[in-house]
Amino acid sequence: MIQYFIIGFIFGLALIKGEAVSWYRMQEMFHFQGIQIFGIFLTAIPTAIGGMWLIKKFKFKSFQGETIQPRRKLFNQGTIYGSALFGIGWGLTGACPGPIYIQVGSGYFISVILLLSALLGTYTYAFFKERLPH
Amino acid sequence: MLDSFFLMLKQPWPWYVSGPIIGLCVPLLLIAGNKSLGISSTLREICAAILPGKINFLNYDWQQQRWNLVFALGLITSGFVGGILLNSNEPIHLSVETRELLIGYGIANQSGVMPSSIFNFNELLNLRGLIMIVGGGFLVGFGTRWAGGCTSGHGILGLSTFQWPSLVATITFFAFGILTSIFLLPVILKIGN
Repeated sequence: MIQYFIIGFIFGLALIKGEAVSWYRMQEMFHFQGIQIFGIFLTAIPTAIGGMWLIKKFKFKSFQGETIQPRRKLFNQGTIYGSALFGIGWGLTGACPGPIYIQVGSGYFISVILLLSALLGTYTYAFFKERLPH
Repeated sequence: MLDSFFLMLKQPWPWYVSGPIIGLCVPLLLIAGNKSLGISSTLREICAAILPGKINFLNYDWQQQRWNLVFALGLITSGFVGGILLNSNEPIHLSVETRELLIGYGIANQSGVMPSSIFNFNELLNLRGLIMIVGGGFLVGFGTRWAGGCTSGHGILGLSTFQWPSLVATITFFAFGILTSIFLLPVILKIGN
């Protein structure tokens, strides 16, 4: 389990030191006024693609000897409706789930309220799931 | 030598340093345990662990996905190390346009990672703060779960494994983020002022 902690730590450190947990930077990105956040996205994805290519090419197994299989992302109407709602929340709070955890760790107590609100949102979704279009 | 390395760590990292490190975490997680990056799932995990009730969506073996909570613990710790121990305490170098835009919104104090004039506990008693903090947070939790992922699960893992549903999701949440920031945010910021 410790490996997931370490990777989470590295991931989070790159996010916070890259200022990707900053509300200001997020607004800057949404207005196309700076490169910081777009730059992070546009270098993260090719790096991940390269890593995935190496895994395939050399048929890497996981530490446990399993064949590596990234999670399949399924499409339904919720992909669009949900993403739209998430986008609105992201535009207001400037935070996706990762940065919320990181802000909590940096001592932003108000982000605990953000986290609780996000948990309430997930809980509400779970409650109404069967009645929502998918 | 070690001192200058430490000083370098403290400075904000350029995008071409942070981005590749973030991207590298996708193959690392897969190699470390065949795990797929996806942070919004942790919200479901916590709900399922604490109060599953009779809700189908929350009655699953969350212990199987415990790694995700360990990952989140790593994130919280990185916040402490990166935001407190390695804090450069320098003001953020936003573009001039953004700085002026935010001043126009009444956000002259641009310190920290978010404006303290909006994101504070007193604001929770105002309509504006409620919409921004509780409303915004709620939509993040509700929307990501309905969409089956967030910026990490769809935007990074899904896109880098060429899954088209993630492309649809990413385009949608970026588009709505942009629209919200440009059109909705200025309106909400005016409430109660």
